[in-house]
Amino acid sequence: MAESAAHLDMQFENTAQQHDTRIFGMWVFLATELMLFGGMFTIYTVYRAFYPNAFAEGSRHLDLTLGSINTAVLIVSSLFMALAVHTARTSARRLPLALCLSATVGLGILFLGIKGYEYYLHYLNGEVPVLNWTYAGAQAGQVQLFFWLYFAMTGVHALHLFIGIGLVSLLTLLALLGRYKPDSYTPVEMTGLYWHFVDIIWIFLLPLLYLIAK
Amino acid sequence: MTNEPIIPTRKLLLVCGCLLGLTALTVVAYYVDLGVFHTPVALGIAGVKAVLILLYFMQLRYSSGMTRAVIIVGLLWLGLLLAGTMDDALTRGWLNVGAP
Repeated sequence: MAESAAHLDMQFENTAQQHDTRIFGMWVFLATELMLFGGMFTIYTVYRAFYPNAFAEGSRHLDLTLGSINTAVLIVSSLFMALAVHTARTSARRLPLALCLSATVGLGILFLGIKGYEYYLHYLNGEVPVLNWTYAGAQAGQVQLFFWLYFAMTGVHALHLFIGIGLVSLLTLLALLGRYKPDSYTPVEMTGLYWHFVDIIWIFLLPLLYLIAK
Repeated sequence: MTNEPIIPTRKLLLVCGCLLGLTALTVVAYYVDLGVFHTPVALGIAGVKAVLILLYFMQLRYSSGMTRAVIIVGLLWLGLLLAGTMDDALTRGWLNVGAP
């Protein structure tokens, strides 16, 4: 350990303690992120309890095929992120780690692409509040409320994924430069936790938005 | 570096397979008429998927008690937020003071 590149900040006893402390800090950050999404989940729950039929109607206007494909894309991206952490822990070789990380980035971009295509379809169908809203069926106002929540929740989720893609891209670059080794891979694991958290949020958005009622 | 055991690649692939299978299951369940259990089943499957990701991808299985405490408290706070808000929202009509 003495000759390794692992840097030890003065407040820590050893690199293991430093690593565990940073990972713990990441979990605390993720708990605050849960509060951010939790606020939106709460708004959703209140209005769905008030207007169950309008929410079911709004849900029928979402594309379940694209939604489920995107779920699979995100799950596989999480697998590559987990494999990246595994690789960083077990091997000092640069290329396998960089490949796992770039696969994660690629699948993240694919998710955003499919999500963007869905937004585009909503725009064409007149289902985007303010920009192009032409829905005039029963409970039009309440259905519009569903779409406001849909765009807010998937939008904030997409923003998180966008940030994640930036972070993992940076990790890929640093991995190629040989920055991460089995004794210094903390940033890979921290970013991994963030990536998996964003995945979990989507896993709940799928039933809440796409699977309300037939 | 840390004392946590390393989860073998095979297990990670298995977890990924389970997650994809559960995604297929939730889509199939969507087309089955489950009545009032429709949403609980969909959320239950999502919950199982979240637990799998937490335990294996996020390595919670091997995390310290302190980390687990943060997650439990985070979920408890979310529960309080939901329970407190719904408690208010669903009982407003009772007193006739401006139900939405």
